Amino acid sequence: MPDTFYTASPHWAWYIVWYFFVGGIAGGCFFIASLLKLFGRPEDTPVIRTGYYVAFAGALLSGLLLTLDLTRPERFWHMLIQSNTGRLMFKAWAPMSVGAWGLAFFGLFAGLAAASEFAEQKNLSLAALRRLARGIPAMVIAGAGTVLGFFLAGYTGVLLAVTNRPVWADSNLLGLLFLVSGASTAAGTLILLGLWRGSADRSSLEWLSRFDRGALALELLVLLAFVASLGSVAKVFLGWWGALLVLGVLGAGIILPLFLEARQGHRTGTLVRAAALVLAGGLLLRIVVIFSSNQIHVAGSGVSP
Amino acid sequence: MPEPMGFFTDTTVCIGCKACEVACKAWNQLPATGGGVVEMSGDSYDNTRRLDGINWRHVKFIEQFNHDRSQARWLMMSDVCKHCVQAPCLEVCPTGAIIRTEFDTVVIQSDVCNGCRMCIAACPFGVIGINPASNTAQKCTLCYDRLQAGLEPACAQACPTDSIQFGPIAELKRRAEARLAQLRAMGETRARLYGADEEILGGLNSFYLLVDEPEVYGLPRNPKLPTRNLTLSSLFSTAGALVMALFAVVTLRKRRLDEQAKH
Repeated sequence: MPDTFYTASPHWAWYIVWYFFVGGIAGGCFFIASLLKLFGRPEDTPVIRTGYYVAFAGALLSGLLLTLDLTRPERFWHMLIQSNTGRLMFKAWAPMSVGAWGLAFFGLFAGLAAASEFAEQKNLSLAALRRLARGIPAMVIAGAGTVLGFFLAGYTGVLLAVTNRPVWADSNLLGLLFLVSGASTAAGTLILLGLWRGSADRSSLEWLSRFDRGALALELLVLLAFVASLGSVAKVFLGWWGALLVLGVLGAGIILPLFLEARQGHRTGTLVRAAALVLAGGLLLRIVVIFSSNQIHVAGSGVSP
Repeated sequence: MPEPMGFFTDTTVCIGCKACEVACKAWNQLPATGGGVVEMSGDSYDNTRRLDGINWRHVKFIEQFNHDRSQARWLMMSDVCKHCVQAPCLEVCPTGAIIRTEFDTVVIQSDVCNGCRMCIAACPFGVIGINPASNTAQKCTLCYDRLQAGLEPACAQACPTDSIQFGPIAELKRRAEARLAQLRAMGETRARLYGADEEILGGLNSFYLLVDEPEVYGLPRNPKLPTRNLTLSSLFSTAGALVMALFAVVTLRKRRLDEQAKH
Protein backbone atom coordinates (compact mmCIF):
# COMPACT_ATOMS: atom_id res chain seq x y z
CA MET A 1 0.00 0.00 0.00
CA PRO A 2 1.27 3.55 -0.74
CA ASP A 3 2.72 5.34 2.28
CA THR A 4 0.02 8.02 2.13
CA PHE A 5 -2.65 5.44 3.01
CA TYR A 6 -1.54 5.17 6.67
CA THR A 7 -2.68 8.68 7.50
CA ALA A 8 -5.77 10.21 9.09
CA SER A 9 -8.23 12.46 7.26
CA PRO A 10 -8.27 16.10 8.37
CA HIS A 11 -12.00 16.06 7.60
CA TRP A 12 -11.78 19.14 5.45
CA ALA A 13 -15.23 19.06 3.89
CA TRP A 14 -17.81 21.45 2.45
CA TYR A 15 -16.44 24.73 3.83
CA ILE A 16 -13.12 23.88 2.18
CA VAL A 17 -14.71 22.64 -1.05
CA TRP A 18 -16.58 25.95 -1.35
CA TYR A 19 -13.50 27.93 -0.36
CA PHE A 20 -11.42 26.23 -3.06
CA PHE A 21 -14.19 26.97 -5.57
CA VAL A 22 -14.83 30.59 -4.49
CA GLY A 23 -11.12 31.29 -3.98
CA GLY A 24 -10.38 29.95 -7.46
CA ILE A 25 -13.03 32.20 -9.01
CA ALA A 26 -11.96 35.23 -6.95
CA GLY A 27 -8.31 34.68 -7.85
CA GLY A 28 -9.14 34.09 -11.52
CA CYS A 29 -11.38 37.16 -11.69
CA PHE A 30 -8.66 39.32 -10.13
CA PHE A 31 -5.98 38.28 -12.60
CA ILE A 32 -8.30 38.37 -15.62
CA ALA A 33 -9.59 41.85 -14.68
CA SER A 34 -6.04 43.01 -13.94
CA LEU A 35 -4.72 41.72 -17.28
CA LEU A 36 -7.64 43.44 -19.05
CA LYS A 37 -6.85 46.65 -17.17
CA LEU A 38 -3.21 46.41 -18.26
CA PHE A 39 -3.61 45.11 -21.82
CA GLY A 40 -7.28 45.57 -22.75
CA ARG A 41 -9.29 48.46 -24.14
CA PRO A 42 -11.74 51.02 -22.70
CA GLU A 43 -14.65 48.79 -23.83
CA ASP A 44 -13.49 46.16 -21.35
CA THR A 45 -14.18 48.45 -18.36
CA PRO A 46 -17.53 46.82 -17.36
CA VAL A 47 -15.85 43.38 -17.28
CA ILE A 48 -12.88 44.77 -15.35
CA ARG A 49 -15.20 46.28 -12.76
CA THR A 50 -17.22 43.08 -12.42
CA GLY A 51 -13.97 41.15 -12.06
CA TYR A 52 -12.72 43.41 -9.27
CA TYR A 53 -16.08 43.29 -7.45
CA VAL A 54 -16.20 39.48 -7.65
CA ALA A 55 -12.58 39.26 -6.49
CA PHE A 56 -13.28 41.40 -3.43
CA ALA A 57 -16.56 39.67 -2.57
CA GLY A 58 -14.83 36.33 -3.07
CA ALA A 59 -11.99 37.36 -0.75
CA LEU A 60 -14.46 38.23 2.01
CA LEU A 61 -16.40 35.01 1.49
CA SER A 62 -13.14 33.01 1.43
CA GLY A 63 -12.06 34.45 4.76
CA LEU A 64 -15.46 33.63 6.23
CA LEU A 65 -15.45 30.05 4.93
CA LEU A 66 -11.90 29.43 6.18
CA THR A 67 -12.72 30.84 9.60
CA LEU A 68 -15.87 28.76 9.90
CA ASP A 69 -13.90 25.62 9.03
CA LEU A 70 -11.57 26.08 12.04
CA THR A 71 -12.56 24.09 15.10
CA ARG A 72 -11.69 27.25 17.09
CA PRO A 73 -12.90 30.03 14.75
CA GLU A 74 -12.30 32.79 17.31
CA ARG A 75 -8.57 32.04 17.00
CA PHE A 76 -8.40 32.68 13.25
CA TRP A 77 -5.90 35.50 13.86
CA HIS A 78 -3.35 33.02 15.24
CA MET A 79 -2.47 32.39 11.57
CA LEU A 80 -1.13 35.96 11.26
CA ILE A 81 0.04 36.89 14.76
CA GLN A 82 1.71 34.63 17.32
CA SER A 83 -0.86 34.52 20.10
CA ASN A 84 1.71 34.04 22.86
CA THR A 85 4.33 36.59 21.76
CA GLY A 86 2.39 39.12 19.67
CA ARG A 87 4.95 38.85 16.88
CA LEU A 88 4.08 38.22 13.24
CA MET A 89 3.43 34.58 12.40
CA PHE A 90 4.87 33.58 9.05
CA LYS A 91 6.44 30.37 7.71
CA ALA A 92 7.54 30.62 4.08
CA TRP A 93 7.59 26.82 3.69
CA ALA A 94 4.12 26.22 5.17
CA PRO A 95 1.45 26.76 2.47
CA MET A 96 -1.31 27.49 4.97
CA SER A 97 0.77 30.24 6.56
CA VAL A 98 1.69 31.75 3.19
CA GLY A 99 -1.92 31.31 2.09
CA ALA A 100 -3.30 33.19 5.10
CA TRP A 101 -1.05 36.17 4.31
CA GLY A 102 -1.73 35.79 0.58
CA LEU A 103 -5.47 35.97 1.17
CA ALA A 104 -5.06 38.99 3.46
CA PHE A 105 -3.07 40.91 0.81
CA PHE A 106 -5.43 39.68 -1.90
CA GLY A 107 -8.35 41.11 0.09
CA LEU A 108 -6.51 44.40 0.56
CA PHE A 109 -5.68 44.90 -3.11
CA ALA A 110 -9.02 43.54 -4.36
CA GLY A 111 -10.69 45.95 -1.92
CA LEU A 112 -8.67 48.91 -3.25
CA ALA A 113 -9.37 47.89 -6.85
CA ALA A 114 -13.08 47.39 -6.25
CA ALA A 115 -13.51 50.58 -4.20
CA SER A 116 -11.68 52.79 -6.70
CA GLU A 117 -13.58 51.38 -9.69
CA PHE A 118 -16.86 51.75 -7.79
CA ALA A 119 -16.06 55.39 -7.05
CA GLU A 120 -15.33 55.95 -10.75
CA GLN A 121 -18.47 54.10 -11.87
CA LYS A 122 -20.75 56.05 -9.54
CA ASN A 123 -18.90 59.37 -9.99
CA LEU A 124 -18.44 59.62 -6.24
CA SER A 125 -16.72 62.76 -5.01
CA LEU A 126 -13.81 60.80 -3.56
CA ALA A 127 -10.88 62.13 -5.56
CA ALA A 128 -8.17 60.20 -3.71
CA LEU A 129 -9.97 56.90 -4.22
CA ARG A 130 -10.80 57.60 -7.85
CA ARG A 131 -7.17 58.36 -8.59
CA LEU A 132 -6.41 54.70 -7.80
CA ALA A 133 -8.52 53.62 -10.78
CA ARG A 134 -6.38 55.54 -13.26
CA GLY A 135 -2.79 55.87 -14.39
CA ILE A 136 0.13 54.46 -12.46
CA PRO A 137 -1.75 53.58 -9.23
CA ALA A 138 -4.17 51.49 -11.32
CA MET A 139 -1.23 49.79 -13.05
CA VAL A 140 0.36 48.97 -9.68
CA ILE A 141 -2.90 47.54 -8.33
CA ALA A 142 -3.43 45.54 -11.52
CA GLY A 143 0.14 44.23 -11.38
CA ALA A 144 -0.34 43.13 -7.79
CA GLY A 145 -3.77 41.74 -8.72
CA THR A 146 -2.28 39.57 -11.45
CA VAL A 147 0.27 38.03 -9.07
CA LEU A 148 -2.10 37.71 -6.09
CA GLY A 149 -4.90 36.37 -8.28
CA PHE A 150 -2.74 33.60 -9.69
CA PHE A 151 -1.47 32.89 -6.18
CA LEU A 152 -4.92 32.51 -4.62
CA ALA A 153 -6.16 30.32 -7.46
CA GLY A 154 -3.17 27.98 -7.28
CA TYR A 155 -1.80 27.79 -3.73
CA THR A 156 -4.75 25.71 -2.50
CA GLY A 157 -3.64 22.82 -4.69
CA VAL A 158 -0.04 23.23 -3.50
CA LEU A 159 -1.36 23.17 0.09
CA LEU A 160 -3.04 19.83 -0.53
CA ALA A 161 0.20 18.47 -2.04
CA VAL A 162 2.21 19.57 1.01
CA THR A 163 0.56 16.97 3.28
CA ASN A 164 0.89 13.23 3.49
CA ARG A 165 -2.65 12.39 2.37
CA PRO A 166 -3.64 10.02 -0.45
CA VAL A 167 -4.26 11.61 -3.88
CA TRP A 168 -3.24 15.10 -2.64
CA ALA A 169 0.39 14.32 -1.75
CA ASP A 170 0.79 11.71 -4.47
CA SER A 171 1.05 14.29 -7.26
CA ASN A 172 2.76 17.63 -7.87
CA LEU A 173 0.11 18.84 -10.32
CA LEU A 174 -2.82 19.81 -8.04
CA GLY A 175 -1.64 23.42 -7.72
CA LEU A 176 -1.45 23.77 -11.49
CA LEU A 177 -4.80 22.00 -11.93
CA PHE A 178 -6.57 24.31 -9.46
CA LEU A 179 -4.91 27.36 -11.00
CA VAL A 180 -6.10 26.53 -14.51
CA SER A 181 -9.53 25.56 -13.22
CA GLY A 182 -9.67 28.88 -11.35
CA ALA A 183 -9.00 30.65 -14.66
CA SER A 184 -11.74 28.77 -16.53
CA THR A 185 -14.35 29.13 -13.77
CA ALA A 186 -13.54 32.83 -13.37
CA ALA A 187 -13.94 33.41 -17.13
CA GLY A 188 -17.25 31.52 -16.94
CA THR A 189 -18.38 33.69 -14.01
CA LEU A 190 -17.49 36.90 -15.85
CA ILE A 191 -19.31 35.72 -18.99
CA LEU A 192 -22.47 34.88 -17.01
CA LEU A 193 -22.40 38.13 -15.01
CA GLY A 194 -21.64 40.18 -18.13
CA LEU A 195 -24.62 38.69 -19.97
CA TRP A 196 -26.90 38.93 -16.95
CA ARG A 197 -26.15 42.58 -16.27
CA GLY A 198 -26.12 43.29 -20.00
CA SER A 199 -23.22 45.63 -19.42
CA ALA A 200 -20.34 43.77 -21.02
CA ASP A 201 -19.14 44.71 -24.48
CA ARG A 202 -19.57 41.96 -27.07
CA SER A 203 -15.87 41.93 -27.89
CA SER A 204 -15.03 41.50 -24.17
CA LEU A 205 -17.37 38.51 -23.98
CA GLU A 206 -15.88 36.99 -27.11
CA TRP A 207 -12.40 37.40 -25.70
CA LEU A 208 -13.46 35.86 -22.37
CA SER A 209 -14.90 32.92 -24.27
CA ARG A 210 -11.67 32.61 -26.26
CA PHE A 211 -9.63 32.74 -23.04
CA ASP A 212 -11.94 30.18 -21.42
CA ARG A 213 -11.43 27.74 -24.29
CA GLY A 214 -7.66 28.08 -23.93
CA ALA A 215 -7.91 27.48 -20.19
CA LEU A 216 -10.18 24.47 -20.71
CA ALA A 217 -7.83 22.94 -23.25
CA LEU A 218 -4.94 23.34 -20.82
CA GLU A 219 -7.11 22.00 -17.97
CA LEU A 220 -7.88 18.90 -20.04
CA LEU A 221 -4.17 18.16 -20.45
CA VAL A 222 -3.35 18.91 -16.81
CA LEU A 223 -6.21 16.74 -15.52
CA LEU A 224 -5.02 13.78 -17.58
CA ALA A 225 -1.43 14.37 -16.44
CA PHE A 226 -2.63 14.62 -12.82
CA VAL A 227 -4.38 11.23 -12.94
CA ALA A 228 -1.35 9.68 -14.67
CA SER A 229 1.02 11.16 -12.07
CA LEU A 230 -0.87 9.39 -9.27
CA GLY A 231 0.45 6.02 -10.46
CA SER A 232 -1.00 3.15 -8.42
CA VAL A 233 -2.91 5.61 -6.20
CA ALA A 234 -5.18 6.35 -9.19
CA LYS A 235 -7.02 3.17 -8.23
CA VAL A 236 -9.04 5.25 -5.73
CA PHE A 237 -10.87 6.49 -8.82
CA LEU A 238 -12.12 2.99 -9.65
CA GLY A 239 -15.61 3.68 -8.37
CA TRP A 240 -18.04 6.54 -7.89
CA TRP A 241 -15.37 9.21 -7.52
CA GLY A 242 -13.77 8.08 -10.77
CA ALA A 243 -17.15 8.12 -12.53
CA LEU A 244 -17.74 11.68 -11.29
CA LEU A 245 -14.24 12.70 -12.39
CA VAL A 246 -14.57 11.24 -15.89
CA LEU A 247 -18.23 11.96 -16.65
CA GLY A 248 -18.69 15.11 -14.56
CA VAL A 249 -15.41 17.00 -14.46
CA LEU A 250 -13.85 15.81 -17.70
CA GLY A 251 -16.96 15.14 -19.82
CA ALA A 252 -19.54 17.71 -18.72
CA GLY A 253 -17.15 20.32 -17.29
CA ILE A 254 -14.39 20.44 -19.91
CA ILE A 255 -15.07 18.51 -23.13
CA LEU A 256 -18.76 19.44 -23.54
CA PRO A 257 -18.27 23.21 -23.16
CA LEU A 258 -15.28 23.08 -25.53
CA PHE A 259 -17.43 21.18 -28.03
CA LEU A 260 -20.40 23.56 -27.64
CA GLU A 261 -18.29 26.65 -28.22
CA ALA A 262 -16.44 25.10 -31.14
CA ARG A 263 -19.72 24.20 -32.89
CA GLN A 264 -21.98 27.09 -32.07
CA GLY A 265 -19.56 29.97 -31.71
CA HIS A 266 -20.54 32.97 -29.66
CA ARG A 267 -24.33 32.70 -29.59
CA THR A 268 -25.63 33.94 -26.23
CA GLY A 269 -27.35 30.66 -25.35
CA THR A 270 -24.18 28.73 -26.06
CA LEU A 271 -22.08 31.08 -23.95
CA VAL A 272 -24.47 30.68 -21.02
CA ARG A 273 -24.64 26.89 -21.28
CA ALA A 274 -20.88 26.50 -21.67
CA ALA A 275 -20.12 28.85 -18.76
CA ALA A 276 -22.61 27.09 -16.49
CA LEU A 277 -21.07 23.72 -17.35
CA VAL A 278 -17.57 25.04 -16.66
CA LEU A 279 -18.65 26.32 -13.23
CA ALA A 280 -20.34 23.03 -12.34
CA GLY A 281 -17.27 21.11 -13.50
CA GLY A 282 -14.97 23.33 -11.42
CA LEU A 283 -17.02 22.71 -8.28
CA LEU A 284 -17.19 19.00 -8.98
CA LEU A 285 -13.39 18.85 -9.46
CA ARG A 286 -12.88 20.16 -5.94
CA ILE A 287 -15.54 17.83 -4.51
CA VAL A 288 -13.87 14.80 -6.13
CA VAL A 289 -10.34 15.81 -5.08
CA ILE A 290 -11.33 16.44 -1.44
CA PHE A 291 -13.69 13.55 -0.81
CA SER A 292 -11.88 10.83 -2.79
CA SER A 293 -8.98 11.37 -0.37
CA ASN A 294 -11.13 11.72 2.75
CA GLN A 295 -12.60 8.24 2.32
CA ILE A 296 -9.17 6.75 3.11
CA HIS A 297 -8.56 6.89 6.85
CA VAL A 298 -5.83 5.14 8.88
CA ALA A 299 -5.32 1.75 7.25
CA GLY A 300 -3.54 -1.31 8.52
CA SER A 301 -5.02 -2.39 11.86
CA GLY A 302 -7.34 -5.31 12.56
CA VAL A 303 -7.99 -8.72 11.08
CA SER A 304 -6.20 -9.85 7.94
CA PRO A 305 -6.29 -13.26 6.25
CA MET B 1 19.63 21.11 28.56
CA PRO B 2 18.25 17.60 29.06
CA GLU B 3 19.20 14.96 26.50
CA PRO B 4 16.65 13.68 23.93
CA MET B 5 14.11 11.40 25.60
CA GLY B 6 11.70 8.93 24.06
CA PHE B 7 10.10 5.52 23.92
CA PHE B 8 11.43 2.18 22.76
CA THR B 9 8.50 -0.16 22.24
CA ASP B 10 9.39 -3.84 22.06
CA THR B 11 6.27 -5.28 20.42
CA THR B 12 7.37 -8.88 21.06
CA VAL B 13 6.55 -8.61 24.76
CA CYS B 14 3.30 -6.64 24.41
CA ILE B 15 0.39 -8.70 25.78
CA GLY B 16 -2.36 -6.33 24.65
CA CYS B 17 -3.55 -5.47 28.17
CA LYS B 18 -4.11 -1.83 27.23
CA ALA B 19 -2.87 -0.61 30.61
CA CYS B 20 -0.95 2.06 28.68
CA GLU B 21 -4.17 3.30 27.06
CA VAL B 22 -5.89 3.50 30.45
CA ALA B 23 -2.97 5.19 32.19
CA CYS B 24 -2.72 7.73 29.35
CA LYS B 25 -6.43 8.49 29.47
CA ALA B 26 -6.36 8.84 33.25
CA TRP B 27 -3.29 11.06 33.50
CA ASN B 28 -4.18 13.31 30.58
CA GLN B 29 -7.89 13.46 31.51
CA LEU B 30 -8.96 12.41 28.05
CA PRO B 31 -12.69 11.86 27.48
CA ALA B 32 -14.14 8.45 26.64
CA THR B 33 -15.05 7.65 23.04
CA GLY B 34 -18.74 8.18 22.28
CA GLY B 35 -19.38 9.69 25.71
CA GLY B 36 -18.58 6.37 27.36
CA VAL B 37 -21.09 4.29 25.40
CA VAL B 38 -19.09 1.22 24.37
CA GLU B 39 -19.28 0.51 20.69
CA MET B 40 -17.77 -2.79 19.57
CA SER B 41 -15.64 -2.69 16.45
CA GLY B 42 -17.35 -5.86 15.24
CA ASP B 43 -14.37 -7.26 13.33
CA SER B 44 -11.57 -7.21 15.89
CA TYR B 45 -10.91 -7.75 19.60
CA ASP B 46 -9.60 -4.18 19.54
CA ASN B 47 -12.28 -1.59 20.11
CA THR B 48 -10.08 1.53 20.27
CA ARG B 49 -9.23 1.13 16.58
CA ARG B 50 -7.00 4.15 16.05
CA LEU B 51 -5.07 7.01 17.54
CA ASP B 52 -6.85 10.36 17.55
CA GLY B 53 -7.43 13.45 19.65
CA ILE B 54 -8.74 11.47 22.63
CA ASN B 55 -6.71 8.27 22.21
CA TRP B 56 -3.02 9.13 22.51
CA ARG B 57 -2.04 5.50 23.10
CA HIS B 58 -3.54 2.67 21.10
CA VAL B 59 -2.62 -1.01 21.35
CA LYS B 60 -2.96 -2.27 17.80
CA PHE B 61 -4.11 -5.88 17.52
CA ILE B 62 -2.96 -7.47 14.28
CA GLU B 63 -5.09 -10.58 14.09
CA GLN B 64 -3.98 -12.94 11.33
CA PHE B 65 -6.16 -16.01 10.83
CA ASN B 66 -6.30 -18.54 8.04
CA HIS B 67 -9.62 -19.23 6.36
CA ASP B 68 -10.99 -21.87 8.81
CA ARG B 69 -9.31 -20.12 11.73
CA SER B 70 -7.32 -23.27 12.60
CA GLN B 71 -4.12 -21.25 12.51
CA ALA B 72 -3.66 -17.83 14.02
CA ARG B 73 -0.98 -15.29 14.71
CA TRP B 74 -1.41 -12.30 16.97
CA LEU B 75 0.81 -9.27 16.86
CA MET B 76 0.37 -6.45 19.35
CA MET B 77 1.87 -3.04 19.22
CA SER B 78 1.27 -0.10 21.52
CA ASP B 79 1.14 2.77 19.04
CA VAL B 80 1.78 6.40 19.91
CA CYS B 81 3.07 9.67 18.41
CA LYS B 82 6.54 9.02 17.01
CA HIS B 83 7.98 12.39 18.11
CA CYS B 84 9.84 12.55 14.78
CA VAL B 85 13.19 14.36 14.75
CA GLN B 86 12.01 15.97 11.47
CA ALA B 87 8.34 16.34 12.39
CA PRO B 88 5.89 16.83 9.50
CA CYS B 89 3.20 18.27 11.82
CA LEU B 90 5.57 20.88 13.21
CA GLU B 91 6.79 21.74 9.73
CA VAL B 92 3.36 22.70 8.36
CA CYS B 93 1.61 24.15 11.45
CA PRO B 94 0.60 27.73 10.48
CA THR B 95 0.06 29.06 14.01
CA GLY B 96 3.26 27.95 15.73
CA ALA B 97 1.17 25.83 18.09
CA ILE B 98 3.43 22.81 17.56
CA ILE B 99 6.79 23.08 19.28
CA ARG B 100 9.88 20.98 19.96
CA THR B 101 10.58 20.74 23.67
CA GLU B 102 13.84 20.65 25.58
CA PHE B 103 13.42 16.84 25.64
CA ASP B 104 13.42 16.72 21.78
CA THR B 105 9.75 15.74 21.87
CA VAL B 106 6.94 17.32 19.81
CA VAL B 107 4.09 19.02 21.66
CA ILE B 108 0.93 20.81 20.48
CA GLN B 109 0.14 23.85 22.61
CA SER B 110 -3.60 23.63 23.01
CA ASP B 111 -3.99 27.33 23.84
CA VAL B 112 -2.41 28.33 20.51
CA CYS B 113 -3.96 25.75 18.13
CA ASN B 114 -6.95 27.07 16.17
CA GLY B 115 -8.00 23.74 14.69
CA CYS B 116 -7.04 24.21 11.04
CA ARG B 117 -6.15 20.48 10.96
CA MET B 118 -3.14 20.89 8.66
CA CYS B 119 -1.09 18.75 11.08
CA ILE B 120 -3.62 15.92 10.83
CA ALA B 121 -3.18 15.86 7.05
CA ALA B 122 0.61 16.08 7.40
CA CYS B 123 1.23 13.33 9.97
CA PRO B 124 2.43 10.24 8.06
CA PHE B 125 1.23 7.97 10.88
CA GLY B 126 -2.36 9.20 11.37
CA VAL B 127 -1.61 10.10 14.98
CA ILE B 128 -3.31 13.49 15.48
CA GLY B 129 -7.01 14.23 15.90
CA ILE B 130 -9.34 16.89 17.26
CA ASN B 131 -10.16 16.51 20.95
CA PRO B 132 -13.82 17.54 21.32
CA ALA B 133 -13.14 18.71 24.89
CA SER B 134 -10.82 21.51 23.70
CA ASN B 135 -11.76 21.57 19.99
CA THR B 136 -8.05 21.67 19.20
CA ALA B 137 -5.69 19.18 17.58
CA GLN B 138 -4.15 16.91 20.18
CA LYS B 139 -1.85 13.94 20.48
CA CYS B 140 0.65 12.35 22.86
CA THR B 141 2.82 14.97 24.60
CA LEU B 142 5.19 12.28 25.87
CA CYS B 143 3.78 13.44 29.22
CA TYR B 144 5.59 16.78 28.97
CA ASP B 145 4.22 17.78 32.37
CA ARG B 146 5.56 14.60 34.02
CA LEU B 147 8.94 14.92 32.28
CA GLN B 148 9.34 18.45 33.61
CA ALA B 149 8.72 17.03 37.10
CA GLY B 150 11.26 14.25 36.61
CA LEU B 151 8.65 11.50 36.22
CA GLU B 152 8.38 8.94 33.45
CA PRO B 153 5.33 9.02 31.11
CA ALA B 154 2.19 7.38 32.50
CA CYS B 155 2.03 4.68 29.81
CA ALA B 156 5.60 3.50 30.34
CA GLN B 157 5.11 3.41 34.10
CA ALA B 158 1.91 1.37 33.73
CA CYS B 159 3.27 -1.15 31.20
CA PRO B 160 3.51 -4.48 33.08
CA THR B 161 5.89 -6.20 30.62
CA ASP B 162 8.21 -3.27 29.87
CA SER B 163 7.11 -3.42 26.26
CA ILE B 164 7.08 0.38 26.52
CA GLN B 165 10.44 1.61 27.77
CA PHE B 166 11.16 5.26 28.46
CA GLY B 167 14.58 6.86 28.70
CA PRO B 168 17.33 8.82 26.93
CA ILE B 169 17.29 7.96 23.20
CA ALA B 170 20.96 6.90 23.16
CA GLU B 171 20.38 4.44 26.02
CA LEU B 172 17.17 3.11 24.43
CA LYS B 173 18.99 2.48 21.15
CA ARG B 174 21.60 0.41 22.96
CA ARG B 175 18.89 -1.65 24.64
CA ALA B 176 17.05 -2.10 21.33
CA GLU B 177 20.18 -3.31 19.53
CA ALA B 178 20.86 -5.82 22.30
CA ARG B 179 17.28 -7.11 22.19
CA LEU B 180 17.41 -7.35 18.39
CA ALA B 181 20.65 -9.40 18.57
CA GLN B 182 19.08 -11.65 21.22
CA LEU B 183 15.97 -12.32 19.11
CA ARG B 184 18.03 -13.01 15.99
CA ALA B 185 20.24 -15.41 17.94
CA MET B 186 17.06 -17.22 18.97
CA GLY B 187 16.12 -17.63 15.30
CA GLU B 188 13.60 -14.77 14.93
CA THR B 189 15.07 -13.56 11.64
CA ARG B 190 12.17 -11.23 10.89
CA ALA B 191 12.99 -9.03 13.88
CA ARG B 192 13.88 -5.47 12.92
CA LEU B 193 13.93 -1.97 14.36
CA TYR B 194 11.64 0.73 12.95
CA GLY B 195 12.69 4.35 13.35
CA ALA B 196 15.79 3.70 15.47
CA ASP B 197 18.18 5.06 12.85
CA GLU B 198 17.98 8.36 10.97
CA GLU B 199 16.46 6.83 7.82
CA ILE B 200 12.87 7.64 8.81
CA LEU B 201 12.29 11.40 9.24
CA GLY B 202 15.69 11.91 10.83
CA GLY B 203 14.86 9.29 13.44
CA LEU B 204 11.78 8.57 15.52
CA ASN B 205 12.04 9.41 19.21
CA SER B 206 9.42 6.74 19.68
CA PHE B 207 10.80 3.72 17.82
CA TYR B 208 9.81 0.08 17.60
CA LEU B 209 11.03 -3.47 17.50
CA LEU B 210 8.86 -5.37 15.01
CA VAL B 211 8.79 -8.98 13.84
CA ASP B 212 7.27 -8.36 10.41
CA GLU B 213 7.13 -5.76 7.66
CA PRO B 214 6.11 -2.27 8.85
CA GLU B 215 2.95 -2.38 6.70
CA VAL B 216 1.69 -5.41 8.68
CA TYR B 217 1.61 -3.14 11.73
CA GLY B 218 -0.07 -0.34 9.80
CA LEU B 219 3.14 1.67 9.58
CA PRO B 220 4.30 3.37 6.36
CA ARG B 221 7.53 1.91 4.97
CA ASN B 222 9.13 5.20 3.98
CA PRO B 223 7.26 8.20 5.43
CA LYS B 224 8.37 11.59 4.15
CA LEU B 225 8.15 15.28 4.97
CA PRO B 226 5.20 17.11 3.38
CA THR B 227 7.47 19.83 1.96
CA ARG B 228 9.02 17.28 -0.42
CA ASN B 229 6.26 18.40 -2.81
CA LEU B 230 6.58 22.14 -2.23
CA THR B 231 9.20 23.14 -4.81
CA LEU B 232 7.91 21.13 -7.77
CA SER B 233 4.25 21.94 -7.04
CA SER B 234 5.06 25.65 -6.82
CA LEU B 235 7.16 25.56 -9.98
CA PHE B 236 4.43 23.82 -12.01
CA SER B 237 1.86 26.33 -10.74
CA THR B 238 4.09 29.30 -11.52
CA ALA B 239 4.78 27.95 -15.01
CA GLY B 240 1.00 27.55 -15.47
CA ALA B 241 0.42 31.14 -14.36
CA LEU B 242 3.01 32.42 -16.84
CA VAL B 243 1.45 30.40 -19.68
CA MET B 244 -2.05 31.67 -18.87
CA ALA B 245 -0.88 35.29 -18.58
CA LEU B 246 1.01 35.01 -21.86
CA PHE B 247 -2.02 33.46 -23.53
CA ALA B 248 -4.21 36.31 -22.26
CA VAL B 249 -1.81 39.00 -23.46
CA VAL B 250 -1.32 37.37 -26.88
CA THR B 251 -5.06 36.91 -27.49
CA LEU B 252 -5.80 40.47 -26.33
CA ARG B 253 -3.18 41.79 -28.74
CA LYS B 254 -4.61 39.64 -31.55
CA ARG B 255 -8.08 41.06 -30.84
CA ARG B 256 -6.73 44.58 -31.16
CA LEU B 257 -4.93 43.81 -34.43
CA ASP B 258 -8.02 42.06 -35.87
CA GLU B 259 -10.19 45.07 -35.09
CA GLN B 260 -7.67 47.49 -36.51
CA ALA B 261 -7.63 45.40 -39.69
CA LYS B 262 -11.44 45.61 -39.88
CA HIS B 263 -11.51 49.41 -39.78
